Amino acid sequence: MKIATDSPLALYTLRRADDALILGHRLSEWCGHAPMLEEDMALANIGLDLIGQARSLYGYVAELRADGSDEDQLAYLRDAPAYRNLLLAELPKGDFAQTLLRQFLYSAFADPFWRATLASGDPTLAAIAGKSEKESAYHLRHTAEWVIRLGDGTEESHARAQEALDLLWPYTGEMFEADAAERELMAAGLAADPEPLREVWSRTVDQVLREATLTRPVGGWMQSGGRHGRHSEHLGHLLAEMQVLQRSYPGAKW
Amino acid sequence: MSGAGPPDLLARARAAAGEVVDPEIPVLTIADLGVLRDVSTEGGRVVVTITPTYSGCPAMDVIALEIALALARAGIPDHEIRTVLHPAWTTAWMTEEGRAKLLAYGVAPPSAGSSRGALFGQEVVACPRCGSDMTERLAQFGSTSCKALWRCTSCREPFDSFKCH
Repeated sequence: MKIATDSPLALYTLRRADDALILGHRLSEWCGHAPMLEEDMALANIGLDLIGQARSLYGYVAELRADGSDEDQLAYLRDAPAYRNLLLAELPKGDFAQTLLRQFLYSAFADPFWRATLASGDPTLAAIAGKSEKESAYHLRHTAEWVIRLGDGTEESHARAQEALDLLWPYTGEMFEADAAERELMAAGLAADPEPLREVWSRTVDQVLREATLTRPVGGWMQSGGRHGRHSEHLGHLLAEMQVLQRSYPGAKW
Repeated sequence: MSGAGPPDLLARARAAAGEVVDPEIPVLTIADLGVLRDVSTEGGRVVVTITPTYSGCPAMDVIALEIALALARAGIPDHEIRTVLHPAWTTAWMTEEGRAKLLAYGVAPPSAGSSRGALFGQEVVACPRCGSDMTERLAQFGSTSCKALWRCTSCREPFDSFKCH
């Protein structure tokens, strides 16, 4: 793996691909375990959309690297420090409230992010955005409905939703980070500027939390590191499960 | 359309590729769905261009395989299947014939528009069984990526609705 030599565009794309794959995998953990059949299908569907987005993005990373790597190698044969996903994505699925709150906080970002990426001067990123922005719109609507239902539900569902929100909040700042490499891409019109997205995100979050009778945590210190390969202990466990088959039987197909 | 092959090669390739059906909704061909974007020849080689519906739709791999088989059966072993992402597939590309087939199959077809307005606005989905628009959404994620689960409050039948995309 030649992470250190990735071009800014390859690194940028890899980061978004890793977000989608890791979050998609976390959602897949609910398959067969969700509280009701419709929700089992919904979480699996959202996970499938994200894994599909990851495939397109990994395909592009491989094309940019032009080193013979492919989407399977990127997904299955990298160790945790080579992953560049948001820490938010790798946190355990927790209870149903934690999964839905996480998905809402991410979708409220991903939806305007992909819409902004439609205008990217990079035709491949714009094309991937063309598909992803439609999918993320459904994800946002679905998760927002659940946040409201849980927050404005029973005493227990409210308490769990608030607890999840408080736990996840310090991980939301990372979505709006941009390092020098990304600012270079923004200046070239290839990447979306995260600052205006923060405002859109904040408005969506406030509106939904208000309706859900949940209290927005006070800002403050934000967790960071995922974009540079510094991960929580959770990612290693996730990768161990996700990669075991390819690691044990290299090249296996089914 | 480019290149020059035997005069009937393109016609045979078009006919073969156009008959491939969606494995999840077998009443619809990939031409009805708008997934089949182009069939052409390049230097005597058939090139079939398709576009995925949803990013993670598992049917796409099967569709590509079915196209390859259909071309091979039509005596065209030398071919290439290309997947393009741009322009992004939309339900607006579904043919009128496709919409009619879906309805007859018991699936409410997508509304003609594909804008975010249609996605977030007031949805009116007519029941494919009795035609009533007294319907309600049960779940926005259904049995496949492209469908949502609805119920008719007039005839009380649940049904799938093809999502506007």
